[in-house]
This record gives sequence, structure tokens and C-alpha cells, in this order.
Amino acid sequence: MTEASAALENAGYSKALHKLVIGIYITWLRDVKRFFRDRIRLIGAFAQPLIYLFILGTGMQSAFQSFGGSETKYVTFMYPGIVSMTVLFTSMFSAISIIWDREFGFLKEMLVAPIPRSSIAIGKIFGGGTTAIMQGFILLLLMPLVGISYNLEKLVMMIVVMFLLALSLTGFGVLIASRMRTMEGFPIVMNFVLLPMFFLSGAMFPLQNLPGWMRVLTKINPMTYAVDAMRGVALKGIQVSSMTISLPEVPASLAVNPDFINWANQAKAAIPQIPQLKVQYYPLGLDILVIVGVGVALMLLAMWRFSKTE
Amino acid sequence: MKTIVEVKDLVKKYDGLEAVKGISFEVRRGEIFGFLGPNGAGKTTTINILCTLLSPTSGTATLNGLDVVREKDKVRESIGLVFQDPSLDERLTARENLEFHAYAYRVPKDVREERIDEVLNMVELADRGKDRVETFSGGMKRRLEIARGLLHYPKVLFLDEPTIGLDPQTRNSIWEYIQELKRKHDITIFLTTHYMDEAENCDRIAIIDYGEIIALDTPEALKSQVGGDVVQIRTDNDREAEKVLVERFGVELIQDRQGGDCLCFEVESAERFIPGFIRDFPIPINSISMHRPTLDDVFLKLTGHDIRPDGADEMASLRLAARGFRGPAARR
Repeated sequence: MTEASAALENAGYSKALHKLVIGIYITWLRDVKRFFRDRIRLIGAFAQPLIYLFILGTGMQSAFQSFGGSETKYVTFMYPGIVSMTVLFTSMFSAISIIWDREFGFLKEMLVAPIPRSSIAIGKIFGGGTTAIMQGFILLLLMPLVGISYNLEKLVMMIVVMFLLALSLTGFGVLIASRMRTMEGFPIVMNFVLLPMFFLSGAMFPLQNLPGWMRVLTKINPMTYAVDAMRGVALKGIQVSSMTISLPEVPASLAVNPDFINWANQAKAAIPQIPQLKVQYYPLGLDILVIVGVGVALMLLAMWRFSKTE
Repeated sequence: MKTIVEVKDLVKKYDGLEAVKGISFEVRRGEIFGFLGPNGAGKTTTINILCTLLSPTSGTATLNGLDVVREKDKVRESIGLVFQDPSLDERLTARENLEFHAYAYRVPKDVREERIDEVLNMVELADRGKDRVETFSGGMKRRLEIARGLLHYPKVLFLDEPTIGLDPQTRNSIWEYIQELKRKHDITIFLTTHYMDEAENCDRIAIIDYGEIIALDTPEALKSQVGGDVVQIRTDNDREAEKVLVERFGVELIQDRQGGDCLCFEVESAERFIPGFIRDFPIPINSISMHRPTLDDVFLKLTGHDIRPDGADEMASLRLAARGFRGPAARR
């Protein structure tokens, strides 16, 4: 290759890169602007997690107390799940806006512009990711209210998990949206994809003592790993239940009696051992690996599908 | 004149249905070229192929020397587009819509603002730049879309049914912009319409029906195909008048025109014929009228059917249905 043609090729690459960056930037900027303009969506987006957290959460907590566990902190347990849920719904809704763009015609303006199609998909993914993080961010302000104290490491880790999750999910959303022509299919996606993903992720309940079929489903649900990571980093060092039954100390006068010691040990062994409620089931590294791996795969698929849109 | 758009044997099939059946035509630089035909004739499909939004099944099309299949990006940079359906982001302001476009088409940074002001001024929306598009009327949105299509100084501006759904006054003003564009900016305009009266504004028209071009010429030449102007007179003495007409003016009477108490005949140009005719005709004339052939007549003659503005027809039948429904109550 001669120097001149190499330079030419370089110029071509940098031009293509420039176009890609511009495409991503304007698509992203538009989504963020739209997010802040849509008051109703903003209010709804903030109200929904609050309803879940404080109405459902408080109700459930009281229910658990009536059933027995007096020290259960269900709201605390649920909080990382609600953060994940918010990211899930916001990312999906943002990505699905592509269908609105198609219906209202703006998608055509984007598709016919001299920017690469993949830049629109990436821009949408970042746009959705940004709005999802902003909402997650607001939720972080509520942390002390649910009994989790702030610390820098916790905040940073939660934002990292949120960011990765948001990008993966928006990638998934763009993939779905690139296949849908009208908004009519959206309730189907909502009922058969989003809600099962949410319920089977362990956001609302612990993944212990589940029947076998459900355990399998939670294991193949990528959201499980996100919720697991989120709860792991948010509730690090926090006890959410104290279900241990303690026996009174053996009085000194009886401790010398071997028969009594023997009987006491038997009694102890007979008490059903309730396992401690775990806040994290998988290593954090595995969680992150699953989120990123699934995310990258979905993103590539979304970009590929999107570039074939007519 | 130089050619800017060249289309050869273009075919587009959708699931076996042939929307465009091997059309060929050329558009010259700097002209207003009109695609006239009923809805579903293949106008939008052709435009979408030229704009790189659709790939042709077979055939070739070049724009400014660029192949619309192989050089998509370059073609996109050299065209402006106003779609049939609205394509603005209504949540954004007029300026923001234009800014998006300016970035996407890489209008240089130092002229960006200037350019946006320029096009806003042109369509008389300068004072509404900071308003959200959702507050605009239909005509204002259309104007903004035209402004957007021009922002990057395209070589060819495509307008797909630019005046559909607009009131007559707005339609006229849109046409004024289009004419002005051609005069001032040396831009080629390629538009589609199913309004006959609008097609008259074009320099050349291609009449398209069922995916085929059935005629392509200037509006005048097309109209002269169907024959000359028809003159209709009424006199007190038609029998005598008929004799004079045939013997002294050498015209042929059209017999079955409204078949009554008037005389109809065809002349090449009624404008030139009538003054002399009135001066020389010996019998007192009660009334005289003329009918020039319209593009409707051309379309009817070429296709054997009326151009049906389908959308309008649907609306009309809807209105009729509504009226029928309301009928008895209204009569009471």
C-alpha cells in the first residue's frame, strides 16, 4: 500500500468514526432532552418505585411480622431489587421509544441522515442508559430511609452496577423495538418479558427455598445476576433478618450434670436450623460477567438488526 | 441541460406485488420535476428508492452521478427530504429540530447558527424558533420541514406530497417557497402530488399509474396532446351560426356536447381565436365561454380513469356516511 492511499484510507476511517460519534451524540442528546421535558413521565418514573418501596414494602414487612420474624427488615431487603426494577423499566421504555419515533415519523429523519445506522442504535442505548441511571440516582437519595447508611464504596459500586445493567437492558429494548412496527405489541412484551424478568429476579423475594422449576427459571434469568450484584453491594455488612432462636444460658448448678448437658445438646439439635437469609448468592465477579456478557451480545444483535431496518 | 437524476428500468417488488414496473426517466438540473399519479401508483416507492430508504429489486438509479445503492451515504448528503407524513420531533423546539439535522448532515460549526436563522427566515418562522413544534399548525410544521430539508444545501430537494392535508392558502404559500427556491438557490426539486392543479406548477411532469410512467413532458405539451381549447357559444339563431362557423371559420362542431341549445367547437388556442371571432361573426352572440384542457383531461385520456385522490375520497365518503347517519336527526 502506498503512503497516499494509506492516508486516504485513514481519512476515510476518521470520517466514518466522526459520523459514528456525531450520530451517537445527537441521538443521545435528543433522548435526554425529551426525558426532561416529559413531566408526566418524570413524575411517574419517580412515583412508581416509591409506591413499590413504601406501600408494597411496608405492607409486606408487616405481613412478615405477623407470620413470625419480628426482626425482618423487608424494605431494606427489597430496596436493591426496586433500584434494579426502576432501571429495568426505564431502560425498556426508553428503548421502546424507537417505536414511537417510527409512528411519529422522526425515525425516518434519522434513518435517512448520512450517519451510520449503528450510531442510532448505540445513541439510543446510551440515551436509555442515561435516563435509567438518573432515575436510579434519585432512588439512591432514599437509601437512609430504608436503613442503609451511605458510604462512598457502596455508592460507587451501585452506580457501576446500575450503569452496566441499564446499558444491557436498553440494548435488549432496542433489539425488541427494531422488530416491532407498532406500539400494539407493547403490552405483550410487558406481560411476557418484563414482568417475568422482574419477578424471577429475586427483586421481591429471596431465592432460597424455591421449588425446583422456579430455581431453574431464576438461574437463566439474566436479571437475577443484576439484582444479586445490586443487593450484594448495597447490603454489604447489613443483617436483614435475625431468625436465630437462642436458648438461655445453662445455669452453673446444672452445667456440672452430664445428663443435663447431653439433653440440652439434643434439644438444641432438634431446633430446626433456619438458614440465614443470604443477600448474595453468586460471586460479584460472576454477576458482573453475566450482565456485561449478555449486554454486549444484545447490543451487537440490536445494532445488527437496526442496520437492516428499512 | 445537465441531468441530475437518472433512473433506468427501476423495479420494486413487495412480496410478489410489483409496485414499480421498470420505469426510466431523467431529471434535469435546476428544474421542478413532478411525479403525478393516484395514491398507490408507486410515487413514494420511487422516491424512497432515490433517497436510499429502499433498495430496488432491479434496475439502477443515480443522483448527482452517485449510485443510490452503492453510495448511499454520499447520496444522503446531497439530498433534502420532506416526507409525506410528518417527521418532526414535536417535543423539541423548531431550532432543536434544525440543530439535530445540522449535526447529522455535518453543517460546519461556524455557519450552523447562521444557516438555521437563514432557513427559519425563509419560511417565516424566525420568531417561533424557540417554541416547541407541538404548538405549531399543520402549515407551520410543513414549512419547518421544508426549512430542514434545505439546511444542508442539498443538490436535490425531494418533496413527497408537500401540500397534502393543508388548506388552500397554505398550499399557495408553500408553492411560493418552492418557486423561490428554484429561482434563488439553483436547486433541483423533485416532488410528487396527486393534485392536478399543483402539477401545473412543475417544469415537467411524469404521469405515473400502476407503477408505470405513461407520459412525461411539460404541462403544456401534455395538455396539447388531448387537443385544443373548447369554445362554447350561444346565439339566437344556432342554425345560421353553425353554417357560418363551418364555412367561414372552418371549425368542426362537437355534436354531443351537452347536446342542447349551444354550439361547441375546438380551436387550437381560444385566446387567439376569440377576439377576431367576436369582431367578424355576423350573428349576435349571447354568451361565449371556453374550456382549456386540464391535466385531469390528460390523465383521463391516457389512463381511461379519473385520478382519484384516494385520501380525499375516503374523507368524502366518511363525511357522507356521517351525514347519512346524522341525517334524520338533522332533518327533524
